Amino acid sequence: MEERLFNDISFKQFLNEEKLMGSRCKKCGALYFPPRPICVKCYSSEMEWVEMSGKGKLAAYNYTYVGPPAVIAEGYDRQHPYCAGVVEMEEGLRAVARIEGVDLTNPESPKIGMPLKVAFRHLGEGENAKTLLAFEPL
Amino acid sequence: MQKRKLGRGVAVVGAGMSKFGMFKDKDSKYLFFEGFKECLESVDKGIDPADIQAMWLGNFTNDFFVHQGHWGPIIADLIGLAPRPVTRTEGACAASTLALKDAAYSIASGMYDIVLAGGVEEMSKCSTAEATEGLALAGSPYESQLGFTFPGVFATISTAYFNKYGATHEDLENITIKSHNNGRLNPKAQFNVSIRDIMNSRIERARKKGEPVPTWKDEKEALRDPKFNPPVAWPMYLYDCCPISDGGSCVILVAEEIAKRFTDNPIYIIGLGQGSGRALHDCPTLTSLEANKNAAKEAYGMSGLTPKDIQFSEVHDCFSMAELIHMEDLGFFKEGTAFKAVNEGYTKLDGPMPINTSGGLKCKGHPVGATGTAQIYEVWEQLRGEAGPRQIPNKNLRFGASQNLGGTGGTCTLTILERR
Repeated sequence: MEERLFNDISFKQFLNEEKLMGSRCKKCGALYFPPRPICVKCYSSEMEWVEMSGKGKLAAYNYTYVGPPAVIAEGYDRQHPYCAGVVEMEEGLRAVARIEGVDLTNPESPKIGMPLKVAFRHLGEGENAKTLLAFEPL
Repeated sequence: MQKRKLGRGVAVVGAGMSKFGMFKDKDSKYLFFEGFKECLESVDKGIDPADIQAMWLGNFTNDFFVHQGHWGPIIADLIGLAPRPVTRTEGACAASTLALKDAAYSIASGMYDIVLAGGVEEMSKCSTAEATEGLALAGSPYESQLGFTFPGVFATISTAYFNKYGATHEDLENITIKSHNNGRLNPKAQFNVSIRDIMNSRIERARKKGEPVPTWKDEKEALRDPKFNPPVAWPMYLYDCCPISDGGSCVILVAEEIAKRFTDNPIYIIGLGQGSGRALHDCPTLTSLEANKNAAKEAYGMSGLTPKDIQFSEVHDCFSMAELIHMEDLGFFKEGTAFKAVNEGYTKLDGPMPINTSGGLKCKGHPVGATGTAQIYEVWEQLRGEAGPRQIPNKNLRFGASQNLGGTGGTCTLTILERR
């Protein structure tokens, strides 16, 4: 795993493997999620992979009623919104993610600060396979 | 504060914009022509277009909405500028402020004396889903891949803001009502009607069709009716969002020392600022855009002004929530208080700090690449006292500003203009 490049391709491969990976600067210890190949604090490019615990709290969210074509293809529309949001992870970094397991008929139901845990939503098959980063109530 | 100044002064001596809207019979070239024509005619003492030495053109979506790239020379040729140089700038929805900025720098450097800066966009001929997807290309890939739309990002910011400062969606309704009251007075606006006008026409239509007649007692009740105002990305509803638009706009910039050759009332560019921002997950806070703050620091530093000196401003209200964030980031109001100022009428046309006298993107429309110089057009009209029924009542206008945003905060600009 150490040999993968610190980029979005590797980040997505890890998601397919149900791993939530960030990078850490070996020189100054700065932590990055998603991974960065260069530390923007000390400019070292000596990085190492770090797996996130997958636990966090809801920081902000929205219910999208008018989505782009790729999400409409997942089955969402004006009558069936999806929730996406920002998660404050316990490592002190934020992640953007789909928020699942919430009442999609009531946009006021999720509470900011509610505890969440990571979930991996696998879509498509073969070469089209991808994994959306999702979080759901703990 | 940064104290960087232009190497020599730059003045606006002409400004024009097409009407904004959704046009089946007008393409991007024609819309730019409309803005250019008005721009030439607006030069009080006249200008020979042959004297324009170079051009900068802001444009974002032409490649994928119109399937035509390299739009700069095509527009330059349209207005007879070829073979003189044209440079296309891309900063998503801030594209034409980047054009303005580089055009101003070209004069400040001593390279040119008379240049054109503008922008154009044609967006209405694709579906809402395609437009939503296309615009989201200017967001962070981490967000767009999850299905975050632009309304979705500002809706997300809204929940963070509401939670932090105790604001509610009702506070945003006051922004929408104010925008429409201003847009109603702007003949160039895509929606030059008030919310009340729209309610009345809906009531009239229901009566004529024999359908149940809505019984809204005021604008806010209409804005809470899901049939009138459905959610797009909760808590952003339809009337929190700017429309999809077509339009063109441009301004003529000249070196300060020759400005009076063209008009006795030039408007001077005294502050130019820009910043770049990070993706939502990496922003220092979810209730502020750091690109805005950098733009403000540069523009205030260059002009020697503070936020208190700015008498009115256009801000990039792609969503009602964005208007609140910008007013705070630029220092017009303290963080967490702009919604209270809106509720107290501070930002109305006759308030102490008029915001978006044009009707803003919400009502004027938002042909993304044309928006930046169209904002400058509004500030130019206000400073020269030529804004007609939407003229700010304050007779002593001297400093006006224009804030433009690209993407979800990836690019922000602040431009400060002065009437002397």
